[in-house]
Amino acid sequence: MVNENKKAEVKNLNFYYGSNLTLKNVNLSIIEKKVTALIGPSGCGKTTFLRCFNRMHDLYPHNRYEGEIILLPENVNIISSAIDPIEVRMRISMVFQKPNPFPKTIFENVAYGMRVRGINNKSILYETVEKSLRSAALWDEVKDRIDKPAFDLSGGQQQRLCIARALATTPEILLFDEPTSALDPIATSKIEELIVELKNEVTIIIVTHNMQQAARVSEHTAFMYIGEIIEYGKTDRIFTTPSEKLTEDYITGRFG
Amino acid sequence: MAIFDDELIKLKEKILEMGALVENSIKDSIKSLIEKDNELAKEVIQRDHIVNAFDVEIDEECIRLIAQRQPKAGDLRFIVTAMKIINDMERMGDLAANIAERALELNKEPNIKPYIDIPRMRDIAHGMTRDALDAFVNKDKRLAMDVIMRDDEIDDLKHAVISELLYLMLEDPNIICRAMRITFIAQYLERFADHATNIAEMVIYLVEGKIIRHTTMPE
Repeated sequence: MVNENKKAEVKNLNFYYGSNLTLKNVNLSIIEKKVTALIGPSGCGKTTFLRCFNRMHDLYPHNRYEGEIILLPENVNIISSAIDPIEVRMRISMVFQKPNPFPKTIFENVAYGMRVRGINNKSILYETVEKSLRSAALWDEVKDRIDKPAFDLSGGQQQRLCIARALATTPEILLFDEPTSALDPIATSKIEELIVELKNEVTIIIVTHNMQQAARVSEHTAFMYIGEIIEYGKTDRIFTTPSEKLTEDYITGRFG
Repeated sequence: MAIFDDELIKLKEKILEMGALVENSIKDSIKSLIEKDNELAKEVIQRDHIVNAFDVEIDEECIRLIAQRQPKAGDLRFIVTAMKIINDMERMGDLAANIAERALELNKEPNIKPYIDIPRMRDIAHGMTRDALDAFVNKDKRLAMDVIMRDDEIDDLKHAVISELLYLMLEDPNIICRAMRITFIAQYLERFADHATNIAEMVIYLVEGKIIRHTTMPE
């Protein structure tokens, strides 16, 4: 991991849903402008872990974090209660499993984050919307109809719209929670290509059940099981010579 | 997953069948020479077609498994190893057939001298092949390393055979044709053992994921 900068450092992270310890002493470095994949069976805690990064758990009472997620280079613990979760979500955006555009126009969907920040200058908004839609590889398909409802778009286009919306606040980390599980193979490959391109600008963490996808898009992979990180390493090594038997069993489909 | 496991077991069985053919061929080819058994030599030459058929069949099966199962980790290394070692075994089949061809030629004439080092080379080559395949079946890294170490013995024997034959050829040019054929056989045996070494090297890859070809000597 020489010559690679860390974008975030997870230290001794525990997470509780009520009294239920869901993440157990997670330690992990997230490398800047690379794709880190989180894999593991259902219920292993990978989505819970991903959601810690933008404080999604704050939306529900009785959830509790312990430990630190340090955002670098500022050295800020983003799960500290002293830090405003809204600000965290500006800097660390999330794209969900199912495309979830707002019931607004294409333009307003992308402009939303800026409006929340109080940016209403038309030319800044327009410029940023176009840039974000271009980055999300959607601009050419929607440039003539950005005032049309977002729901007119196909599922794959809606997902790219959600990516554009996430990019509009120029986040430092982009979180993907199974971003293609609701999409067909063509839309999936578009999103995957997009992820590979986006890492030039932004650090990416992706949760996926599709191991081929993790192998295709990520540089680093962490395998999680029952709330713990069992193995973390370069993706090509994890998929050719994992060192842990649990990892081997999972990625070769011989679990349990 | 049970289906894939069955497929992998069947693949392994086929590789072992192919390996058994090659093991027998190297023994029989030298036997056909020493016992001047032309029928056996012809059988070895015929057997090579079966080995070739295995080569194609296993290759196709591996390609299918890659396409359909997208093997990963140990499964991936197993299939990659399979594809590599059948290539070696196919060449080993050719070499055994080549020995049988030279045997058919040599059997027409009296021996220059009793065969001593050639059966020794055969024993080493055969032992290396048997152990390389056992190492493959049992994922036995230690046995694979042992096979790799034995390659030097057969190289030394080959040089001894060639020096002796050279000396005999200088003494009596009438035996040059026969001596050359025996030289070829020594060369084929040495090559045969090289392929057994390749198989053993792939076993190290299968077990550890390390490619040790073209390195001087693994630690």
